[in-house]
Amino acid sequence: MAHRFESVQEVRDGLKDVNYLADDGIAGVAFLADRLGKPVLVEGPAGTGKTQLAKSIADMTGARLIRLQCYEGLDESKALYEWNYKKQLLRIQADKNSDSWSEVHDDIFSDEFLLTRPLLEAITAPDPVVLLIDEVDRVEVETEALLLEILSEYQVSIPELGTIVAKQIPLVFLTSNNTRELSEALKRRCLYLHVDYPDMDREKEIVLTRVPGVSENLADQIARIVRSIRQLDLKKSPSVSETIDWARTLVLLGIEHIDAQQAKDTLHILLKYQTDIAKAAKELSVDK
Amino acid sequence: MLDLLAGFVTELRNAGLPVSLTENLDAMEAVQHIPIEDREAFKYALGATMVKNNAHWRAFETVFEVYFSMRGPEYKIADGDTDIDEMWREMQEQMRQGDGKGTQGGSMDSLTPEEIAQMLMAALMNGDQAMMRALAKQAVQRFAGMEPGRPVGGTYYLYRTLRNLDLEGMLEKLMEASREQVGGELTPLEERLEHDEYNDRIEQFKKEIEAEIRRRLVADRGAEAMAKTLRKPLPEDVEFMHASRDEMQNLKKALQPLTRKLAARLARKRRHGRKGPLDFRNTVRHSLSYGGVPAEPKFKYPRPAKPELMVVADISGSVAAFARFTLMLVYAMQGQFSKVRSFVFIDGIDEVTDYFKGEEDIANAIHRVNTEADVVWVDGHSDYGHAFEVFWERYGKDVGPKTTVLLLGDARNNYHASQAWVVKEIRQKARHVYWLNPEPRSYWNTGDSIVGDYGTHTDGVYECRNLRQLEAFVEKLA
Repeated sequence: MAHRFESVQEVRDGLKDVNYLADDGIAGVAFLADRLGKPVLVEGPAGTGKTQLAKSIADMTGARLIRLQCYEGLDESKALYEWNYKKQLLRIQADKNSDSWSEVHDDIFSDEFLLTRPLLEAITAPDPVVLLIDEVDRVEVETEALLLEILSEYQVSIPELGTIVAKQIPLVFLTSNNTRELSEALKRRCLYLHVDYPDMDREKEIVLTRVPGVSENLADQIARIVRSIRQLDLKKSPSVSETIDWARTLVLLGIEHIDAQQAKDTLHILLKYQTDIAKAAKELSVDK
Repeated sequence: MLDLLAGFVTELRNAGLPVSLTENLDAMEAVQHIPIEDREAFKYALGATMVKNNAHWRAFETVFEVYFSMRGPEYKIADGDTDIDEMWREMQEQMRQGDGKGTQGGSMDSLTPEEIAQMLMAALMNGDQAMMRALAKQAVQRFAGMEPGRPVGGTYYLYRTLRNLDLEGMLEKLMEASREQVGGELTPLEERLEHDEYNDRIEQFKKEIEAEIRRRLVADRGAEAMAKTLRKPLPEDVEFMHASRDEMQNLKKALQPLTRKLAARLARKRRHGRKGPLDFRNTVRHSLSYGGVPAEPKFKYPRPAKPELMVVADISGSVAAFARFTLMLVYAMQGQFSKVRSFVFIDGIDEVTDYFKGEEDIANAIHRVNTEADVVWVDGHSDYGHAFEVFWERYGKDVGPKTTVLLLGDARNNYHASQAWVVKEIRQKARHVYWLNPEPRSYWNTGDSIVGDYGTHTDGVYECRNLRQLEAFVEKLA
């Protein structure tokens, strides 16, 4: 099978073209995922661009993104496939006169009556796809087992039909907010990527690419202030998406140079807890 | 290459990272696609295939540094100082052009320490990476006084180097300089930002020095011996009683996601896996809507009661850290308990429940516990007997059949009376009494430790030396 990417650098540049700034780790793992044909498990704090990574990769390779949002109570009929009961019933009734049972029996368990759900859809798709399994830590441990077959073999076994093997190996991204430890079996099948808050220079670049109309100078200040805030002991550190929101706000307000008062007034965009806001405001202005 | 990777994996396993066989194979396959010259990418390739837990990343990085530190051109050890020589000359050129007056040129060995400090300052000021790296090399060469074959740990050399560089003073000087640059005073906000910026760069510089020392040590002693000395316990295996300040910091960081995970797991446990007998009345009642056919069977689900918790913790010097962590953990997940009350003692006892009420920041509350609680009775040496006696007198009536009492401490009683009868009384009234001891089991009942005396009256004494054990216990509790 032809590989999607030639080199790590190519991944990096490609992602940059679709406004996603990857660091060495991200680009390297995405490259490996393609080469080894393995899914990527992306972990990290909320709002650091985990989901965006999958979207951007899809964007970059021109593939279709198929997304499976996980939640508690997700089961195979929502994730893998389901038989279309109504249609099967109709088929049986329409055929009332013919008495060949085996014919009907073979007939109602065929592709025509199969409803594909995201996972099955991803591996049966003829066109290139990127499969995103979002917030995989939300499903129960037992449900995780559903994913194992598809993640390691890229196939789905349907008792009535047999095993459906992928026509092409899709790029698979699983994201997790780390609310629980994922099972060893799942982790073992994946490449692991931890996406953390970016360092200052990368954050500045991100602001520059994602926020239209922001000046270099302002982006630099924003990145520096955010870094200072992240060093504080807060309940929830500002995420990248919150930084971007903040930058947008400042641009809208027409602020070119942030002083302490303005920073204080707009802190509630960066931080979502009252105690955090109070703490940051104190640290940034009163305290030397 | 294969040998190198095999040794690397063995060392990772020795350091406590669970690397399975398939992961090992994946890594082997992955490195075929990544050139070893691209060190960063190589590191991430190995990391992605073998490290599946972010808390283990640091341990991985250390081992990686040791095993692969001498690959890649820019990381070559300063043998004949050829490339560095060049860089130094270049830098001096720049310096000369920069501030007009010439340093006396030639090789860097003739530089005085003052000049080195000056160059370092310039490098930090401009955030010049290459220069910082070169300076780190030079500083180590000059100040660390490393001798081959000397059985001294890397920290010793690090200390010697840093002492000579005076980085603390450097920060002050940098701040001064930046103040001058703007001409006048900085606003507090700017001041803080500059301060953080320089702090960051100095930290980076320290890391360079550390890496340089490590590289030299590896060259001297070989990777395996070096990895052994650098082997550090993973965050969840760090002992509370002997944690260094750095490790404490890491522990704190590890605690937060841990409580979140634990709370999620407990909540799930409570919701799921209920199996109950058929609820006959309820089934009949619902059958009415189906014309008397019991089409919808109803079950009696057991509703496990949330325990009421009383934490009684020794906060005297040796076990303070342990008490702090347990309190943090318990309060971070107080949603899982119907009520939490906490008491702290050294030789006197005081209730500290109120400190946690209406306080969103647990760290703050813990700080108040440490500073404000009235826990000294006579001399401020642990007296479990007296503390328990007073506890029974004042709060004994609040212990009920729903209460679970947690006693935390090493039971080193300084040879005071044990008053173990209190624990016996508590146990008779309470649902459960547990004792958590942060000492290794082999130390129990040695010296003035009388954990056995108390232990016989409890439902169990648990060894809680690290986060892993504490987590396991709390899960069992709720």
